[in-house]
Amino acid sequence: MKKTIFILSAILIAGFSFGQMPEKFVKAMEPKMAAIDTTMTVQGLTDLANSFERIADAEKNQWLAYYYAAFCNASAGLMVASGGDMMASKADKTDPYADKAEKQLSKAEELMKDNSEVFVVKKMIATLRMIGDPMNRYMTYGPEAAQALETAKKLDANNPRVYLLEAQDKYYTPEQFGGNKDEAKVLFEKSKQLFETFKPATNIHPNWGRGTVTYFLSQYK
Amino acid sequence: MRTLAKTLFLTLFTGISGLVWAQTTITGKVTDKKNPLPLVSIVLKDTYDGATSDSSGNYSFRTSEKGEYLLIATSVGYRPFEQKITLDGKGTLTIDIVLKEEVTELSAVVISAGTFEASDRKRAAAVLDPIDIVTTASANGDITGALKTLPGAQQVGETEGLFVRGGTAGETKIFIDGTLVNNFFQGSAPNIAGYGRFSPFLFKGTVFSTGGYSALYGQALSSALVLESIDLPERTSASLGLSVIGVNGGYQALSKNKKFSWGGAYSYMNLAPAFAIIKQKQDYARMPEIQNGDINFRIKTSAKGMIKYYAYFARNRFDFTVNSIDSPGYLDRFALKNFNMYHNLSWKESIGKMWKLNMGFSYTNNADDIRSGMKDGNKNDVLLNGLEFKKFDLDLDANYFNAKLVFERRLRGLSAIRFGGEYNYSDEKSLFTIYNGQKFPDRLRENVKSVFAESDIYITNALAAKIGTRFEQSSLPDKTNIAPRLSLAYKLSKRSQASLAYGIFYQNPERRYLPSPNELDFMKATHYIAQYMTVSSVRTFRAEIFYKKYDGLIKTGFAGGREGVAVNNNGFGDAKGFEFFWRDKKTIKNVDYWISYSFLDTKRDFLNFPGAITPNFAAKHTASFVVKKFVQTWKMQFNGAYNYASGRPYYDIRFDGTKYYFADRGMVQDYHNVSVAFNYLPSIGKQNSKNFAVYVLSISNALNIKQVYGYQYSYNGLRKEQIVPPSRVFVYIGAFFSFGIDRSQDAIDRLF
Repeated sequence: MKKTIFILSAILIAGFSFGQMPEKFVKAMEPKMAAIDTTMTVQGLTDLANSFERIADAEKNQWLAYYYAAFCNASAGLMVASGGDMMASKADKTDPYADKAEKQLSKAEELMKDNSEVFVVKKMIATLRMIGDPMNRYMTYGPEAAQALETAKKLDANNPRVYLLEAQDKYYTPEQFGGNKDEAKVLFEKSKQLFETFKPATNIHPNWGRGTVTYFLSQYK
Repeated sequence: MRTLAKTLFLTLFTGISGLVWAQTTITGKVTDKKNPLPLVSIVLKDTYDGATSDSSGNYSFRTSEKGEYLLIATSVGYRPFEQKITLDGKGTLTIDIVLKEEVTELSAVVISAGTFEASDRKRAAAVLDPIDIVTTASANGDITGALKTLPGAQQVGETEGLFVRGGTAGETKIFIDGTLVNNFFQGSAPNIAGYGRFSPFLFKGTVFSTGGYSALYGQALSSALVLESIDLPERTSASLGLSVIGVNGGYQALSKNKKFSWGGAYSYMNLAPAFAIIKQKQDYARMPEIQNGDINFRIKTSAKGMIKYYAYFARNRFDFTVNSIDSPGYLDRFALKNFNMYHNLSWKESIGKMWKLNMGFSYTNNADDIRSGMKDGNKNDVLLNGLEFKKFDLDLDANYFNAKLVFERRLRGLSAIRFGGEYNYSDEKSLFTIYNGQKFPDRLRENVKSVFAESDIYITNALAAKIGTRFEQSSLPDKTNIAPRLSLAYKLSKRSQASLAYGIFYQNPERRYLPSPNELDFMKATHYIAQYMTVSSVRTFRAEIFYKKYDGLIKTGFAGGREGVAVNNNGFGDAKGFEFFWRDKKTIKNVDYWISYSFLDTKRDFLNFPGAITPNFAAKHTASFVVKKFVQTWKMQFNGAYNYASGRPYYDIRFDGTKYYFADRGMVQDYHNVSVAFNYLPSIGKQNSKNFAVYVLSISNALNIKQVYGYQYSYNGLRKEQIVPPSRVFVYIGAFFSFGIDRSQDAIDRLF
């Protein structure tokens, strides 16, 4: 019974939110969905972020457009931050991305409160802030990232992206700081398993991460 | 495969739409006049259409819109570009875009002459991060200790305070959230420097000016140290500290909406265990014991508005004897009981888009009970003939009130104008009881009222000026002054800049010389500073030359039947020198170091000096080398510091009934101090940790080098004795824990 109600309300909500999305908007968003999982360059991600931002600013009430803009900017920032001396400060390069992502995500959150996906990106932004200047920021942004991920999990314990981010943290963190590739593998597998049953509310709702999980799991072979 | 599918799909899609609607192609190149700009976002306003410029600055997109539209190009660090265009649904529109650099804090020249900043603001003057204050080995967690490793400050160890560029410690004033702090240091004893009262963790920003500072501050001839307290905490947390010198604990709560926080902390320090192991020169009848508590609250009133309140209460006492230089075989006794209370309330707010308001109040109550006397070998009180003056009680009770109001109006770009006023009031009561019980009560009340205005003018991104004036009216001496200040900064290249600063600074005679039987005036200093600086995110080089002229310094002499009272403002002096600072975080992997060097040539004639001489608090050469290495595998930070000062002069100045003369003089040996500290941070880098632990082991003067600060003389001048630190080596061991408190879990269980 409970399940039926849940599914019914899920369909209702999905229908409702879908109903709010103009056709033109959906048409513009759809072709970009595939690119989200495949774009791996700063230029590409920025381009994508900008195109989402254009849509967002033209529509103004579509949280998904702001959400994707923030996600792409955070991903671009994380790409900028990767490589080089891990502990060195690179905030002057990464903060502009975090600033942009934060602004866009807060707009997404205004339109869509208490959403697990929003908190997933919030976690990414906090991590981006932290790795911008780890020595000075780990005490502030470390807990902020943890808090965001915890909230994301609380809002939707079956969100595969929550476990994907958790797994990536475990994977990339050096062992002396609590990283552990074996534990990461368990989390990647959990994420993979959730992806198998995960169905986005519409074909433009967040559905990224499958490719990343497959990639990481292939690293274990 | 997926990409191919996407391309096919896109081609198909745009192909179809091309058939249905007529389209215009908009293309062009984005530059900053000279170079192509990549990653610029180009938008046709209120449509989905636009593009991002590629690595050579080119962009191109098609749109099926028709009519008048606004084309907007934006990029971080540049002013947005806007152009009206008309689309007619066909052909190609070529629009080349030139973006102008935005005047931002990040890119603009910084007015930095004379200024060191420790903050997380990424700008040129910020040579230190807030964490550097705590991790500088020789600083022992003391704010001024860390600043002493920067050029301009002296390595004076026998008294507290910052001696800057030939100035006395009294010529440096300290401000918290805009208002003056009285009694920044713990009550001190003869030849033992008092420790700073405030934890470095209370502050997120430190601006240390070694000269040429802003018109917002005054009553300091040499230097202003401006501290900005932290904002709301990130989360609710509890902290606990254990060390060889005491324990402390605190709690900070953050409301759920993250707009209000409150907290408090308590600390108990007792040096008995440390002094039991580390032999002190002084023999303590009562070990130094400091209790302090603080409470605070912070309210976020708007996006940029904040009310902060901080209150501090402390009790400090000790009682010791040392071998008397005046009478061998006897002991000098010195005992102090201190109570200090400090309140600071500040409010900053944005009013509309253009105005900002900063308001602050502080109140201090400080009471010292000092007992001085002599004891014999069996620690019995004695009164020796001719040495009766050494037996006295001094009870001080002082109240200070400070208020400050600053308005700021933004002008174009980063330019701004600030103006406001400041009021400083002090009321000091003292009761001096001499050996025979005769009492001399005294009370001194004075105030200084000031108004000031200054303007930051950014002529371009590369050229800026700060022009200010300060007007002060003092009640004691009953005088007024007008002090102009001027700084200029010019950006030479992306990373380097040159600055100049000039200013006149006035200060009241120190209160211990007030009131004087003669009419006194302000003391005056004029600063001239030139600076060159080149900064990247990993390296900083800074060179400065300065000239400082002193006029109207207080001279002491014989007046009103007493010797040693302030008689006139005929003192004078000057200080000139050059300084270098080099910090490098990159060259050696995981090693961060800085080197400071100061050359100081100063002479002054003030107080009882028989003529213009280099004062005993000024060393010609001062240098520091500070190194920090973080070893990731061990989660250990190794901090080392070497501080050097060439020998300072010392004098025995005596009064022969008509004038002062040198009974003796000489040079102290050079000063060396090597300090090391090890910080173990088991929680660093843990992504999801809410709890933090830091374990500290630090050793001051690790090489056990003999340090001599100066010489003191017996009352009759027959004996002289070195002034040395209470112990040669000091070892500090401590542990600090911070627990993030989350109602769903027991944080303390997690840590242990």
